[in-house]
Amino acid sequence: MKLTLKIWRQANASDKGALKTYELDGVSQDMSFLEMLDLLNEQLLHNDEEPVAFDSDCREGICGMCSLMINGEAHGPEVTTTCQLHMRSFKDGDTITIEPWRAASFPIVKDLIVDRSAFDRIIQNGGYISANTGSAPEANSVPAPRDKAMRAFNTATCIGCGACVAACPNGSASLFLGAKITHLGELPQGQPERYSRVQSMLAQHDHEGFGGCTNIGECASACPKEIPLDVISQLNKDLRNSMILG
Amino acid sequence: MAAGTHYLPGLTPTNEASVQKSDDAAGYYVLGDKLVDPKAPTGPIAERWTTRKFENRLVNPANRRKLDVIIVGTGLAGGAAAATLGEAGYNVKTFCYQDSPRRAHSIAAQGGINASKNYKSDGDSDYRLFYDTVKGGDYRSRESNVYRLAEVSTNIIDQCVAQGVPFARDYGGLLDNRSFGGVQVSRTFYARGQTGQQLLLGAYQAMERQVAAGTVEEFTRHEMLDVIIVDDRARGIVARNMVTGEIETHLADAVVLATGGYGNVFYLSTNAMGSNVMAAWRAHRKGAYMANPCYTQIHPTCIPVTGAHQSKLTLMSESLRNDGRIWVPKNAEDCTKDPRDIPEEDRDYFLERIYPAFGNLVPRDIASRAAKYMCDEGRGVGPEVEETQPDGSVKKFRRGVYLDLGAAIERLGKDKIEEKYDNLLDMYERITGENPYEVPMRIYPAVHYVMGGLWVDYELQTSITGLFCTGEANFSDHGANRLGASALMQGLADGYFVLPNTITDYLADGPFDKVDESHPAVVEALDGVKSRVEKLMSINGERSVESIHKELGQIMWEYCGMDRNAEGLKTAIGLIRELKKEFWTNVKVLGSADSLNQDLEKANRVADFIELGELMCIDALNRRESCGGHFRSESQTEEGEALRHDDEFAYVAAWEFGGEDGAPILHKEDLIYTAIEMKQRSYK
Repeated sequence: MKLTLKIWRQANASDKGALKTYELDGVSQDMSFLEMLDLLNEQLLHNDEEPVAFDSDCREGICGMCSLMINGEAHGPEVTTTCQLHMRSFKDGDTITIEPWRAASFPIVKDLIVDRSAFDRIIQNGGYISANTGSAPEANSVPAPRDKAMRAFNTATCIGCGACVAACPNGSASLFLGAKITHLGELPQGQPERYSRVQSMLAQHDHEGFGGCTNIGECASACPKEIPLDVISQLNKDLRNSMILG
Repeated sequence: MAAGTHYLPGLTPTNEASVQKSDDAAGYYVLGDKLVDPKAPTGPIAERWTTRKFENRLVNPANRRKLDVIIVGTGLAGGAAAATLGEAGYNVKTFCYQDSPRRAHSIAAQGGINASKNYKSDGDSDYRLFYDTVKGGDYRSRESNVYRLAEVSTNIIDQCVAQGVPFARDYGGLLDNRSFGGVQVSRTFYARGQTGQQLLLGAYQAMERQVAAGTVEEFTRHEMLDVIIVDDRARGIVARNMVTGEIETHLADAVVLATGGYGNVFYLSTNAMGSNVMAAWRAHRKGAYMANPCYTQIHPTCIPVTGAHQSKLTLMSESLRNDGRIWVPKNAEDCTKDPRDIPEEDRDYFLERIYPAFGNLVPRDIASRAAKYMCDEGRGVGPEVEETQPDGSVKKFRRGVYLDLGAAIERLGKDKIEEKYDNLLDMYERITGENPYEVPMRIYPAVHYVMGGLWVDYELQTSITGLFCTGEANFSDHGANRLGASALMQGLADGYFVLPNTITDYLADGPFDKVDESHPAVVEALDGVKSRVEKLMSINGERSVESIHKELGQIMWEYCGMDRNAEGLKTAIGLIRELKKEFWTNVKVLGSADSLNQDLEKANRVADFIELGELMCIDALNRRESCGGHFRSESQTEEGEALRHDDEFAYVAAWEFGGEDGAPILHKEDLIYTAIEMKQRSYK
């Protein structure tokens, strides 16, 4: 099939950037969205135009490196990562607009690539359980109720891609934050630091310039791993408790 | 203990050193001196690690902050080591090419992690895990290393649980296990189909905690382009800041490479797009030996290639072979038909036909080769893919076989199958657009893991003093084949428990004399990297890096893939040498070197893949035996099964770089067993 692509081109962080239009022929519906961009890049290289820079690594939906706003939707029209989106979701003659994540806390590095290091800094501020190597007790010495362990797992599946932030009108990272708070807070091992964790992670979240949550829910509907919105309730609950108990 | 074996304490050799009679690679290599691991432990197998830990020198806590350690790669092996050394108080710098350490490709491992906890009381023990691993590796791994791996496996589970890794649990809240990879015990711990992700996030969080504590400094979007050696010690790295393009030097007292495997030498593999061999290969060129580079694991159940646009392959868990029947049409003319219209009598359930005893559950390498032969015959299914032949002509093949869940759905019901494989089948449908509950799935083998890697001694030090190597990047624990759920185990064993206990003995001699940026060795390494980058930017030829990488992949897959023979390997070596010339005279890289430039990144990586590819073929050519994942068609039984030659090849092939156009030098390290007896594998 043949497509018209409108792609954000920006040479570097300080460049102004603009949408540029490309025509691309020979797209197969079996291609992934990123393979379609690979094809465009081969064509650009052939025409002596610098290829479009975009992030991807595992290309199997788990590393969280890929991103892209596709026709205004984070990761495009399906509930999955961009690397798992396939061209059969589009049709011949379509015009597709491709932009980087749009959020002040994720500054653009080049073209479609943004800087998400703010997420690492949030994790640095309490997104862990302090357990030095070698100090761990026998694994089965502390049972963890199965339903809580399941909820911990389900929220731990967050891939840190940043779609929640990109989709949020406030540019909030509350879903990302809530997912980690819930994961660690549901496990017995996470209890000792539970309330200091929520305060320090949230402080860093705000410091990075992410916006506040106003319960719009765009984040959860954009999340390729279907992290549920109730992790934000958990976040708020733990925050309240931390003020009383912490 | 497995049936028919008995516990061997590890005091008396059970085999003699092998003597190679064949010399298929004559003319392609130079025979060097025998290699002996200078750090190999002795004594009873179960006491070797404990003894070594006691004998190794320690570093006083007050001195640790004066010692700098560079760790390249932040997956399980690198991230875990960074966290642990940071906790101990060393100054650690980590480097990764991704935008965050959390994205390392360890994250994609699905199945699980082995540990000899014996929670199921099914007779597991350190010795049994050791035994299974050495046997699974077809007796081509070092017994002392493997025993240590089994021994620390239980500590890994304790550590991960303490960090909050959400492993599967039973109703009582205790940890659950499953059986994996054809072993007789249930020793695999798992977090649904995302075990690698959860373990990596555990290591990542532990490492980020040390970043906050100030003991670890992390450099993301940085790629190592060379190792710096001063007075015969590794003292740092040259790295490119992938955002600004700046070429930087970073200096330290020791360097650790935890850079993963090189499966992308085949272009298509289940590796991540960025996975590469550059760090290991640069070290190899500076004197680190590369061991058993031809040992590649090819996984039988991946989603097939759909066309020339394909950029990577996706694994489908092997567990599907428990319920799926594998077949191709009997007649080539049926290959384009809807499989549901092909009647039972026209289907060839080839694994059940050729291997009636094991059927669809034959080992990975056998299942993979059989599928290839069917497709070579012209009975493959799915889309036609063009393949360039050695003479340059292009032929079309269908590279896929059916994995049919139909009978299982009929027998167990759709609900049961859905419950077992839900996520997996969803992913399959997303990628192929076909509903596996209605249409038989299509699968084909793909490169998944490499057992080969940098040679290391028992303490994980390479042949360059002060340069260590952990995880998939080293060669040591899996022999010629890796058991399922053992990659995660090895990465974390090396990172949390082995390296932090061995590197201390080296660091006890430090801090070493201060080296600054103006030292001639540093300047030389930096200039070397700069001129290579300039060269790549200035060729300005016609070919994209991608197209050359694809061509390399086709050569490797055709001649150094599932089925190798002397003639094909020699052809491949010739083709690769031509391709190397083509690359260095005709590659095209646009943009500038002093900004983010993904084509330049790829060009650097592919240049090294080409050189590695040649060495893999030479190694495969020399090893005239079939063992583990390496199958030489000259070495098989009358029934077509792999035939090992312990009398000739029970050694580690450690290759020394032989100069720019020189032949590589082969050093053989004999594999002598004392705690296990070698046996041929059998599927009867």
